[in-house]
Amino acid sequence: MKEENRIPARRPKIRKNHIRFRLVFFVGIALMLMLVAIFAEYLCPYDPNAQDYSVSLQTPSLLHPAGTDSYGRDMLSRILMGLHTSILATLALVMIITLTGTAIGVICGYWGGLMDALVMRISDLFLAFPGLVFALAIAAILNGGLSSAVLALAVISWPKYARLARSQTLAQKSMPYIWAARLAGDTAGQIIFRHILPNSMGPILVTAMLDIGTMMMELAGLSYLGLGAQPPVAELGNMMSGGRSMLQTYPWVVIGPGVAIFVAVVIFNLLGDTVRDYLDPRNI
Amino acid sequence: MRSYVCKRLLQLIPILLAITFLSFGMMRIAGSDAVLQKMENTGIVLSRDMIEQTRAELGLDRPFLVQYLTWLWNLLHGDMGTSYISGKAVLPTFLSKLPATLLLAVVSIGLTMVISIPLGILAAVKQNRFMDYLIRFCSFLGNSMPNFFVALLLMYVLAIRLHVLPVISNGVNGRSVAMPALTLAIAMSAKYLRQVRATVLDELSKEYVAGAKARGVRFSVTLIKSVLRASMVTIVTLLTLSIGSLLGGTAIVESIFLWDGVGKLAVDAINMRDYPMIQAYVMWMAMIYVVVNLLADLSYRLLDPRIRLGGMEP
Repeated sequence: MKEENRIPARRPKIRKNHIRFRLVFFVGIALMLMLVAIFAEYLCPYDPNAQDYSVSLQTPSLLHPAGTDSYGRDMLSRILMGLHTSILATLALVMIITLTGTAIGVICGYWGGLMDALVMRISDLFLAFPGLVFALAIAAILNGGLSSAVLALAVISWPKYARLARSQTLAQKSMPYIWAARLAGDTAGQIIFRHILPNSMGPILVTAMLDIGTMMMELAGLSYLGLGAQPPVAELGNMMSGGRSMLQTYPWVVIGPGVAIFVAVVIFNLLGDTVRDYLDPRNI
Repeated sequence: MRSYVCKRLLQLIPILLAITFLSFGMMRIAGSDAVLQKMENTGIVLSRDMIEQTRAELGLDRPFLVQYLTWLWNLLHGDMGTSYISGKAVLPTFLSKLPATLLLAVVSIGLTMVISIPLGILAAVKQNRFMDYLIRFCSFLGNSMPNFFVALLLMYVLAIRLHVLPVISNGVNGRSVAMPALTLAIAMSAKYLRQVRATVLDELSKEYVAGAKARGVRFSVTLIKSVLRASMVTIVTLLTLSIGSLLGGTAIVESIFLWDGVGKLAVDAINMRDYPMIQAYVMWMAMIYVVVNLLADLSYRLLDPRIRLGGMEP
């Protein structure tokens, strides 16, 4: 930042502290959500798959805080298990695309050459397709199931990370300290893992955090269309499509899971925004 | 301008070829044996000889590349095969549903522009005031809702509680298009609004704005004549970029509202594993997307004299 643009020193410090507080707060909430998702099995008041027609389609009450569905299954338990499925699948998906995308991008950026040109043309092609349309087709080819939905979204999402990691690598590679490291006898592996990766992780991490919410919605969308988790596995998207016909008479069967997705996505988006602000060099 | 258009059209050829190749390859991997798929769907049990014979008839015993070229040749003649389910030709079926989807897309893009451009500008002008926070809060909420949830909520509130609009579409008409278009527009606006705001803010922070203010030019004049004109290119770019997610979004929204377009056709085809139909859908959507992007690139030159006169190829 140029000297004359400097804001008085006190304000950035307050802002930094404020962002740090927000970061701790949202990381805490997101961790709580993830703990709930991981240990959902033990938090369920009822067996999420136990059918009991004598209590089917009950309005929310003290016994069943989110009501019951048409099979008499407790909605709260199913929503918790749905969060379990959705959140774990989403985190796995984001992990897969971040790792593979970054690996491909760093390798292409570091060594360049024919492979780089080839991979970048392939990623151009992937970016030329409208993402979700492509994901629908891939999920359909893979014959449904949660893992094929995850794979479909991974196939369409890696180019973004590969390009980001590649441009970061190219920027780092031309820095004098990399030359110095090379002169000092560092191997390519050492340079990549000790210098390039730590210095280019910031933007990749931010992108990944901001993607969690979007990916969760897209995964639920595929499930809603019947291309993700199959019933009776509780997944928020397929629960909503299962209850769709009861929207008029028993809206909670649809609105419960919807609110659960919404809350989870809000939490992840707030976390993503905060991580972005925290790592933004303008705020340091 | 003409040579530029020609160049861009030539560049389009390899992309279109790649799209057809990928669509073909994907479906070949999927229906690894199209004959068995087809027979399974019709429920007829056949002998090995019959299967071999049908394979030969369909050309499935020939090498992959030959099959692709034959397919491409037929494609150029408007033949995209027949549906496994209905037995009708794919292309006419697809084209007959396309206008409904295009109508939906155009109405939702229109709604998106009507919602997000004024609100985005308003948020930028009133930066860090109450109005800005309110608009950003709403866009954040909209961004965190999957479009099928928005669709179901709208259905519940507008159709079931308030009886303003029909629950599901009854034919392609103005009243039926409202809810699916609104659903798509809400999801798009939430993203687009932020981008409009950021673009306008960026432009407002430039020195000529302060210069104009110092010379006593009214703010509204600077805003409309300079700032908005300069932001237009970015705003159009961002809008076309969001068309990709719009095309994908139509699939879900159309099947929720039973809007009789290609999105619903595709979802039905996917559920029935009707591969030729899925293939047509993927290929056409990709082509539409590529062409829309090209048109957007060309429109910059009309919107921004700097690109047209300066010879800067975008």
